[in-house]
Amino acid sequence: MKNQNINYNQDYKYGFTTEIENIKAPKGLSEKTIKFISKIKKEPKWMLDWRLKAFNRLKVSKEPDWQKPKFPKIDYQNLYYYSAPKSMKDKPKSLDEVDPKLIETYNKLGIPLNEQKKLSGIAVDAVFDSVSVATTFKDELTKKGIIFCPISEAIQKHPDLVKKYLGSVIPISDHYFATLNSAVFTDGSFVYIPPNTKCPMELSTYFRINASETGQFERTLIIADKGSYVSYLEGCTAPMRDENQLHAANVELIALDDAEIKYSTVQNWYPGDKNGVGGIYNFVTKRGACRGKNSKISWTQVETGSAITWKYPSCILQGDNSVGEFYSIAITNNHQKADTGTKMIHLGKNTKSKIISKGISAGKADNTYRGLVDIGRKALNSRNYTQCDSLLMGNKCGAHTVPYIKNKNSSSTIEHEATTSKINEEQLFYCNQRGLNQEEAVSLIVNGFCKDVLQQLPMEFAVEAQKLVGISLEGSVG
Amino acid sequence: MLEIKNLKASVDGKDILKGLNISIKPGELHAIMGPNGSGKSTLANVLSGKEGYKISGELKYEGKNLQEIPIEERAQKGIFLAFQYPTEIPGVNTSNFLRTSLNKIRKAKGKKELDALSFIRIIKEKSNELGMDEKMLSRQLNVGFSGGEKKKNEILQMKILEPNLIILDETDSGLDIDALKIVAEGVNSSRSDKKSFLVITHYQRLLNFINPDFVHILSNGKIIKSGSMKLAEDLEKTGYKGIK
Repeated sequence: MKNQNINYNQDYKYGFTTEIENIKAPKGLSEKTIKFISKIKKEPKWMLDWRLKAFNRLKVSKEPDWQKPKFPKIDYQNLYYYSAPKSMKDKPKSLDEVDPKLIETYNKLGIPLNEQKKLSGIAVDAVFDSVSVATTFKDELTKKGIIFCPISEAIQKHPDLVKKYLGSVIPISDHYFATLNSAVFTDGSFVYIPPNTKCPMELSTYFRINASETGQFERTLIIADKGSYVSYLEGCTAPMRDENQLHAANVELIALDDAEIKYSTVQNWYPGDKNGVGGIYNFVTKRGACRGKNSKISWTQVETGSAITWKYPSCILQGDNSVGEFYSIAITNNHQKADTGTKMIHLGKNTKSKIISKGISAGKADNTYRGLVDIGRKALNSRNYTQCDSLLMGNKCGAHTVPYIKNKNSSSTIEHEATTSKINEEQLFYCNQRGLNQEEAVSLIVNGFCKDVLQQLPMEFAVEAQKLVGISLEGSVG
Repeated sequence: MLEIKNLKASVDGKDILKGLNISIKPGELHAIMGPNGSGKSTLANVLSGKEGYKISGELKYEGKNLQEIPIEERAQKGIFLAFQYPTEIPGVNTSNFLRTSLNKIRKAKGKKELDALSFIRIIKEKSNELGMDEKMLSRQLNVGFSGGEKKKNEILQMKILEPNLIILDETDSGLDIDALKIVAEGVNSSRSDKKSFLVITHYQRLLNFINPDFVHILSNGKIIKSGSMKLAEDLEKTGYKGIK
């Protein structure tokens, strides 16, 4: 993002910790914990009931185990499910009342929240552990009827919208981590774009994990009403720690008739050290429903962080003529592991989906693309195009492509292309001979490899993402 | 400018250069001719710093021991290699690549980096001189370029990066006569008393257009004969077998 002046030759520049006094929920997963969260968020009873329903479901649910990256058993009783700066207890009414330490944290991350310095053209919701610290440009958006606020606030102020849509794309019972999130989610963003409104700026949420032994369970809900448009971006970072921290988010998107949602992620959670110690477990459920006709949802993700990334941002193409897109860059270095891809479920007629996935693996890392294209019986004249490219650096890493393809009618077509290549010594030599050092050369070649995806990002973030691509692979060659 | 004494280079235990001597002064253009497998491309690679060779002997560029200088710094200090087979780099814009390269080199020389606009002016002028289609500049680097386009792109880079020691590794091979003339013209217009050229080629025909000061015959890893343009003419008549 803008206004940054950072030395890029550091391993993980967001690895600092903010020393701050926290309020935490009692340790462990229990009804008591859930009631604590619901109470501190001043939630209505229906919300608590919803959480408890999820908790009951969780008791009979099991962690899925079909994924490629295996991980040691998570002790859910040894985690904190809520941690928030003490100063956030009595909700600060304006930014002046927010603890300067928190403002400073976001300044350090390159996300100024002050009115004078805030990023132009981008409204930011800043989430720190389990609470939203501040949301910028709120008033300007309100004038257009756009709601952009922490989800905890939406539960209080816009209960009808939340009740109608929460859990309507990712049901409570979906799978273990989605259910867990439904029981204990803390904060995240809520967006509602009214009919025929084009959101005049980028909306973005910046997630920061700070507290130790704490999981982050964000919940984001975006609704684009008929004929509206919104572009939303999320960024994420965490301190460097030897422990593995769990981040299990649920993100639901709903696009009604003729609406379009563009959702971009630049995921840079702490990846762990060179020996694979520490790092975030990023187990995320993201799903969008193109509920209306002619609606469109595009996912763009740049996944460079986390010890394990396990997510499949998906589109359910219900409305006729609806369009789903998935553009992904997943970079794994050292001991990082990723199992990521998408699901495109075609239900409506003339629905289209496009999947462009770029996996880059270096060090001892392992990178899997896993994707499902499912064209239903009634989804006549539907089309899918999938392109999966993998790039390997060195000979100790792995790349895998696991496509699942189902076509249940004869008028639809599915195309799938996949390539695997190694970073080419001749290309490196060529760049070196033109004055670029090894790291600059790798960054250039990999950015070229990822270009189709990078160009999908909003301008402000594309530059940042390009740098991140280079940094993530530092030291991976030569 | 370049002083090579008793240069030996081997790859995987196989000796390729076996005691090569050559001295190039500023402003001179040297041509190296030799049969396949004589070590011509190895010489170009060793000079530019490509890894994978075991090297001994003396290799001095502007008084400094080249062996201690990494590839990119050699480039920044003015060594330029026009590749025999320029590699394709998908997704990387030709013009952006060249600007990145130029700015790296300018920065190393303590010069100001060029902004996009000033750069476009330069690249347009130079590409016009070479009769290149401007559209080529916005294509991905070398991807889908014809043989001739790739070579012209190398010459374009040579002209823009303003190096001091220019190594052309069989830049003439695979070119039709028109493209050959354009490449030769590119070389001729770049010559100055500060720049030196090492032109590696199989054939006399490029040399006809660029008038080398010296012609060397490389055979089995050594320079077996040096002379003037006449040597190249003799070679064309007798073949390498006739040279002793």
